[in-house]
Amino acid sequence: MSLALDAPAPIGFAEKIWRINWGLVLVLTAIAGVGVLALYSAAGGRFEPWAARHAVRYGAAFGLMLVVALIHPKVWLAMAWPIYIVSVLMLVAVDVIGKIGMGAQRWLVIGPLQIQPSEIAKVAVILVLARYYHGLRKEQASQFLYTLPPVAMILVVVALVMVQPDLGTAMMVLMGGGALLFVAGVRIWMFLAAGVSAVACLPIAWTLMHEYQRKRVLTFLDPDRDPLGAGYHITQSKIAIGSGGLFGKGFLKGTQSSLNFLPEKQTDFIFTTFVEEWGMVGACVLLALFALVLVWGFSIAFRSQHHFGRLLALGVTSLMFLYVFINTAMVMGLLPVVGVPLPLVSNGGTALLSVMFACGLLIGVNVYRDAQLPRTR
Amino acid sequence: MKHFRKGDGERSGLFTRRALVLGGAQAVLLTALAGRLYQLQVVETERFASLADENRINLRLLPPSRGLIFDRSGQPLAVNRNNFRAMVTSDRGRGADVLIERLDQILSLGDADKNRLLRELRRSRNSQPAVVRENLGWEEVARLEFNAPDLPGVFIDLGQSRDYPEGELMSHIVGYTGRVADEDLAGRDDPVLSLPTMRFGKKGMERSLEDDLRGRAGAVQVEVNAVGRVVRELDRTEGQPGTNALLTIDLDLQRFVAEKMKEHQSGSVVVMDVITGDVLAMVSTPGFDPSTFARGITQSEWRELLDNPERPLHNKAIAGVYPPGSTYKMVTALAALESKAIDPWTRLPCAGFLELGNIKFHCWLKGGHGSTNVTEAIACSCDCFFYEAARRAGVDRIADMANRLGFGKTSELGLPGESSANQPSRGWKQEKIGKAWQHGDTFNLGIGQGYMTATPLQLAVMTARLANGGYEVQPNLLLAKATPREELAPPAPRDKPTAPSLRLNPQHLQIIRQGMVDVVNGSLGTAIHLRRDGAGKVLDPAFTFAGKTGTAQVKRITEREREMGITQAQLPWHLRHHALFVCFGPADKPRYACAVIVEHGMAGGSTAGPIGRDVLVETMKRDPSRRTDGFKKMASR
Repeated sequence: MSLALDAPAPIGFAEKIWRINWGLVLVLTAIAGVGVLALYSAAGGRFEPWAARHAVRYGAAFGLMLVVALIHPKVWLAMAWPIYIVSVLMLVAVDVIGKIGMGAQRWLVIGPLQIQPSEIAKVAVILVLARYYHGLRKEQASQFLYTLPPVAMILVVVALVMVQPDLGTAMMVLMGGGALLFVAGVRIWMFLAAGVSAVACLPIAWTLMHEYQRKRVLTFLDPDRDPLGAGYHITQSKIAIGSGGLFGKGFLKGTQSSLNFLPEKQTDFIFTTFVEEWGMVGACVLLALFALVLVWGFSIAFRSQHHFGRLLALGVTSLMFLYVFINTAMVMGLLPVVGVPLPLVSNGGTALLSVMFACGLLIGVNVYRDAQLPRTR
Repeated sequence: MKHFRKGDGERSGLFTRRALVLGGAQAVLLTALAGRLYQLQVVETERFASLADENRINLRLLPPSRGLIFDRSGQPLAVNRNNFRAMVTSDRGRGADVLIERLDQILSLGDADKNRLLRELRRSRNSQPAVVRENLGWEEVARLEFNAPDLPGVFIDLGQSRDYPEGELMSHIVGYTGRVADEDLAGRDDPVLSLPTMRFGKKGMERSLEDDLRGRAGAVQVEVNAVGRVVRELDRTEGQPGTNALLTIDLDLQRFVAEKMKEHQSGSVVVMDVITGDVLAMVSTPGFDPSTFARGITQSEWRELLDNPERPLHNKAIAGVYPPGSTYKMVTALAALESKAIDPWTRLPCAGFLELGNIKFHCWLKGGHGSTNVTEAIACSCDCFFYEAARRAGVDRIADMANRLGFGKTSELGLPGESSANQPSRGWKQEKIGKAWQHGDTFNLGIGQGYMTATPLQLAVMTARLANGGYEVQPNLLLAKATPREELAPPAPRDKPTAPSLRLNPQHLQIIRQGMVDVVNGSLGTAIHLRRDGAGKVLDPAFTFAGKTGTAQVKRITEREREMGITQAQLPWHLRHHALFVCFGPADKPRYACAVIVEHGMAGGSTAGPIGRDVLVETMKRDPSRRTDGFKKMASR
């Protein structure tokens, strides 16, 4: 197999810059702008403490994204395992030493940095799965035995984040990984089997869950069970969204968030803060922006000439979708409160960086869409 | 070029199909999100909007200041005093335990208060504040302010509390207020009653005038944040202070009466205007200190008041029931005259006792009074005359006359806790005792003994109705009331009764009154010593008065005791006779009536009589019903 003969000529730097999806970059920036707006409002009309920092972080993450986008996929192919292993080690570290945080061990403190390894792990799993399936033939991909290693890769991370405990990230890794396995060609019956055994394991999972997690699930099933206790968050969030109406209460005029009836309004419930003030119109605009990102992601995946790029782009896109869907469905009372931020909008550095890193990978797939990648094993 | 790697095309095809399925699923889920948004923000938006307003808009009631109570001359009896109270709000009881512990360190609350606070904070909706402690001193206020950073949700509130400047003297009439109880809410939907600082009339006029004194609450609409802190005021409506009231009581006279009663352990005096029914003084001893209730009574103080045999919480003037004894003889006499069972000239014999079958009914005078007519019989209080008069008139006519004179039912005075006492009749005995009425019962009723009981107020009302010429005058404690915007002033004096007439023969009434005049002034009178004042000086003719003594048996005198000649003073206090005296004056043109009961005072003439005389003479001297110049305008308050 003489690959060199068929290989296209390497592209120049200007061509690379040209191939960056600037439209997508613009959409991402617009979403981050919504984040700045919402955080400004959540702080009661002040840039401190969240909005200004968010803008600065976005600027830094923006640079990171461009740098990542210009790195050749072969580098990521090579780096996939190291990144995965490092993030697994960090997850272990956080379980062992990171005994700080709100009822869960999620933070790793390195010098002045506070890192949330679970955010990095989401991307790492996508990378390592994309690399794995890149190296398989189609027939192999559909075989049961070849499905075991990627399932193990997923479950290791899921187990580690469950221990923290971080149900949201666990769900995302599980579903994001599952999406990747699905498009990689794993047989449908295996998904069905996994689904059936998951249902069978539910009672066991229930006994393994923490008290507050059980409470959240019960509250989700019936929010009126305890309207002033565990159901408080979701009730207040629904009130905020519903009272916003079609056009919202107006910028800085959201009563639920400014009077603190809304919990965690700068992180997990930032969507509520925004929607209370901007109404259904604002919510649809924001969701449409995210939908644009997804469309871009799919089109990048379809245009990629190599399997690694396809899988990577689709994995990143699925991750993005899961972030948005789980977060918004949760604040609207469609899912239990599991602690998933709204990407690019919620306050929080690690999540922002890892999302932008993932977007960099996505754009990189487009930049190097016709790159030749070695078959890896 | 595309197929530079074998099998990639196949992989790509599968990938594309699966990715499209995935993308479709994502599109469906995103559409579901939009649908949920539509449901929340368009379909149910009104419900959520009102829930959001309920969250943030808090209607806080402004308690109205309670109406003031004055005596007839404008002297304050119940006023409001500024009261610094510590209040606390908490977000659905979160962190309440810690907060209460800290408050306990600063104010030493005690376990009962700590438990009450915890209960109230956990229960409170809309972050309604709870009262930590009332009537804070300056030092306590300062300590709370100093520790404010450690006491989130605690604030000092300037409210009003009730103060009773006359204390015990007016305790039974004015009463007191307390925390609103569940039974107070019956039939009242005034939202102000749900305020934790609100006070409700519990006893006396505070109770009977509750709905006037309370006033109307103002309201302020405030925007609050999640922990109940007020962010801004949205709207305010001012309330209306409660109605102020003038009582018919003459405070100076009341003080005089109380002074006179001081030497006796327990008893009661009622002074009434016979024309208007105004109660000018009403004393029941001992009284209690209403300020203990205003500041919150302790369990032990309460126990002590309840266990006292002299029953300080009991207003004996309206709730104390006693056999009226000889003071009832006017009723028997009038019933006999009106029913023509006797006429004014009928003379009846007295040998010291009357025999009915084998039972002896004794006259109080061992040797008997000989033959007397009705006037003389009243003056000398001959029991035998009234045994016979009662027998002739019959129980039905006596009971009917007694009812017309006010016995056996409560008056229109309006004080809570008034007793109707007991006016026995044939029907009553059959129903309550299950036995038929006997002749002996009639004999006993004729001299106000047996089943017969009356309150001091009823005796005063009877005396007033006899004295005013047979008008059905009702006792009355409220002279005037007015909202703070109107002028509060006593009504113009009045000399003619407005009450309906009892349609009694004026001549008969005159005979009864003459008998009562003779009790004090006639040669046969049982209380002729009362013609002279305490210093032995004959009374000014202008203050000549009429009266009737009474001695009510607490314990039946046995034949054995009668033979042994045991005197009342030898008995233990609680078994001695009650001493009664009713009187009116001036004798020729009656204006004031007075009833006195000294519990276990042994003899009406010697114990209760002098009090009645002094009180009545003092009342006539002061003449409060005709004199209004002493009224002090409350403008300065």
